[in-house]
Amino acid sequence: MNSKTHKDPLFHISRKDPPVWWKRFGIRIIAVILALVLAGIVTLLLTKLNPIDVYLTMIDGAVGTKRRVWALIQKTAMLLIIAVAITPAFRMRFWNIGAEGQVLIGGFATAVVMLKLGGKVPTPVLFIIMVVSAIAAGAVWGFIPAFFKAKSNTNETLFTLMMNYVAIQLIGYFVLEWSVPKGSGQIGIINQKTQEGWIPSVGGNAYLVNVIVVAAITIAIAIYLNRTKHGYEIAVVGDSQNTARYIGIDVKKVIIRTMLLSGAICGIAGFLLVSGQDHTITKDTAGGNGFTAIMVAWLAKFNPLWMILTAFIICFLQKGAGEIATMFNLNLAFADIITGIIIFFIVGSEFFIDYKIVFRKSGKEVAA
Amino acid sequence: MKKFVSMLLALVMVVSLAACGGSQTSAESAVEEAVVEAAVEKAVADTTPAKDTEVVESEDAMDPSDLTFGFIFLHDENSTYDRNFMEGAKAACENKGVNYLEKVGIPETNECYEAAADLVDRGADIVFADSFGHESFILQAAQEFPEVEFAHATGTMAHTENLPNFHNAFADIYQGRYLAGVAAGMKLKELVDAGAEPKVGYVGAFTYAEVISGYTAWFLGVRSIVPEATMEVQFTGSWYDEALEKEAAQTLINNGAVLLSQHADSMGAPTACEEAGIPDVSYNGSTIDACPNTFIVSSRIDWTPYFEYLIDCVLNGQAIPADWCGSIETGSVVLTDVNSNVAVAGTDEKLAEVEAGLIDGSIKVFDCNNMTVEGKPLDSYMADVDTDPNYEKDTEAISDGYFHESEYRSAPYFDVMIDGITTLNAMF
Repeated sequence: MNSKTHKDPLFHISRKDPPVWWKRFGIRIIAVILALVLAGIVTLLLTKLNPIDVYLTMIDGAVGTKRRVWALIQKTAMLLIIAVAITPAFRMRFWNIGAEGQVLIGGFATAVVMLKLGGKVPTPVLFIIMVVSAIAAGAVWGFIPAFFKAKSNTNETLFTLMMNYVAIQLIGYFVLEWSVPKGSGQIGIINQKTQEGWIPSVGGNAYLVNVIVVAAITIAIAIYLNRTKHGYEIAVVGDSQNTARYIGIDVKKVIIRTMLLSGAICGIAGFLLVSGQDHTITKDTAGGNGFTAIMVAWLAKFNPLWMILTAFIICFLQKGAGEIATMFNLNLAFADIITGIIIFFIVGSEFFIDYKIVFRKSGKEVAA
Repeated sequence: MKKFVSMLLALVMVVSLAACGGSQTSAESAVEEAVVEAAVEKAVADTTPAKDTEVVESEDAMDPSDLTFGFIFLHDENSTYDRNFMEGAKAACENKGVNYLEKVGIPETNECYEAAADLVDRGADIVFADSFGHESFILQAAQEFPEVEFAHATGTMAHTENLPNFHNAFADIYQGRYLAGVAAGMKLKELVDAGAEPKVGYVGAFTYAEVISGYTAWFLGVRSIVPEATMEVQFTGSWYDEALEKEAAQTLINNGAVLLSQHADSMGAPTACEEAGIPDVSYNGSTIDACPNTFIVSSRIDWTPYFEYLIDCVLNGQAIPADWCGSIETGSVVLTDVNSNVAVAGTDEKLAEVEAGLIDGSIKVFDCNNMTVEGKPLDSYMADVDTDPNYEKDTEAISDGYFHESEYRSAPYFDVMIDGITTLNAMF
């Protein structure tokens, strides 16, 4: 790949010591401002709209009414729980990109119980069966790739990715099989009349229970990762499997145990999506959040508490962007461009925190 | 590092310049784009007279500019299915002088309910959703907001829900399919006279009544011209999948079909036909630009009449029927222009003749004299009109010698597998 002339590149990139907190903070703020400016220019050039109006519309779309605020909180909670779910695996450097499938299969298990047992068993029993089957389904979906990783060192990235498609196709099959009306490919809202198996509204708010469950799980995982022996083992396995073995950690056991946990929480996420939000199951139930959650977790440096913020930012942008499309009659793709620019800058700013760019000194040679 | 700083500086300067220039252009565009908001505000203030002069001068009639129509679309205008709705929606709102609101890219999940509730918050008096899977979420919103009218295309539940503000709508599209089939039949006759096999193909989505009704109507149209015609149907198991639809079309062509049509909306089947030089009848709009050498004609539902009807009902305080079915006469079922490069001479005249027959009732699409099932004549068929999870057959659909499609419910329920049609696979 080297050029024939063996010239030094114009610049090269090197790691640097982490800057002090206010510099880190400053870099991120600058990144957001630059992102808003660039997105503003793009808006102006492409749509001739005033960028300020566009941003105000975005804010209005995300938090303009009480309903929107709650919708945003719910969306954030659902993204957050998936991000929290994948975190133990990621801390272990087990690249679980199968959250989408784990959530879907948990949601599917919930939906099956709602469909087949709704109205046939007492409501508390129904909920217990729903939760247990969702957790079991998610855990199984996490266990399978972990088992093969531990036994035969298979590639977990590909394996978990493939498991997503298995879940999607399974749901596709059963949605067709049970569709109402016949052959339509839709199950529709389950138990619409009786609301059997629906997480009840508390104080007139349909999402309050979801949010509380997610908050509790987030805190629990933060403690689990930072304050328990299991959490420590995960960190050691993530840093170096040889070290882990040397100090007597059963690496295989840790991998399987952690993925069971990861999958189980994804299963709970699926349960909350089906029982507490959609009340149906489709291939879109997870809505790509299984992948977005990876970004949420990564941006928060795998710290569950920071994920509250990163999940919120991403949901805020998505909600706001949808509003731009609605209010200005713009194509949805434009809203994606704006969010894309902003997220790109936020992700990019992390680069400037960890690395520095060294420009070529004119005339002087620097050994690479 | 200096270089970087100067680059940054330059960027900031450019930005500040752009911002200055921007504030001028933005003034007018902001006005233009915020028309909806302005109109709502105006309605609240109610000081300015309506600019629309066609307002019905009735005591209790509502002023059109007070009315807001909110739409929920599954995709954006890049989908032919949604574009067909969007064009109708915008035309109807403009014709009637009412405010238009839209939500695009709303999936068939809880987001549909959220979108509907948000439109209501924004002042929508009517909310319409365009995709089949939106139905139960719209129903949920209708239960929560009894003062707002909710309408939904292609759904099946309104006539049994008995909710005064929840409505379904569809159109006699099987008649449009039949007409398109007649045009295809004339082309097929020409091909058969030149020595081709009388075999046609159809790319279906799911083995769902709407699809079965559509391909059977089209096939009966073909067979009204070429009685010996047979058809093969290949399902894709998806409402929209360009690659699968193209593949299905190629399968049919390889099996010897000499003319194709499709249910699904993507360009998959039409492009496959253009590449293979096989004449094609498309759906939901003309594909003549991409397929000038094979496109014959296309049928589609024009939703403008229904939207205008909804607006009139709300303006005049009339009840909206739970289930509304458009027809050729209401202008809901339309054909695109016939492509004279491909269609046989005299197609337009023949279509006009058949259309007149459909309108005066002398031609019935699902005439029992023209259909047999396993060799036996069809004289009775219980259809599943009232949607239920057990698919209970609840309504006798055949009387007076024909199958009464879209009469007991607007959404199609004809799901009879008639002789002459072979389904290569089943997707349900």
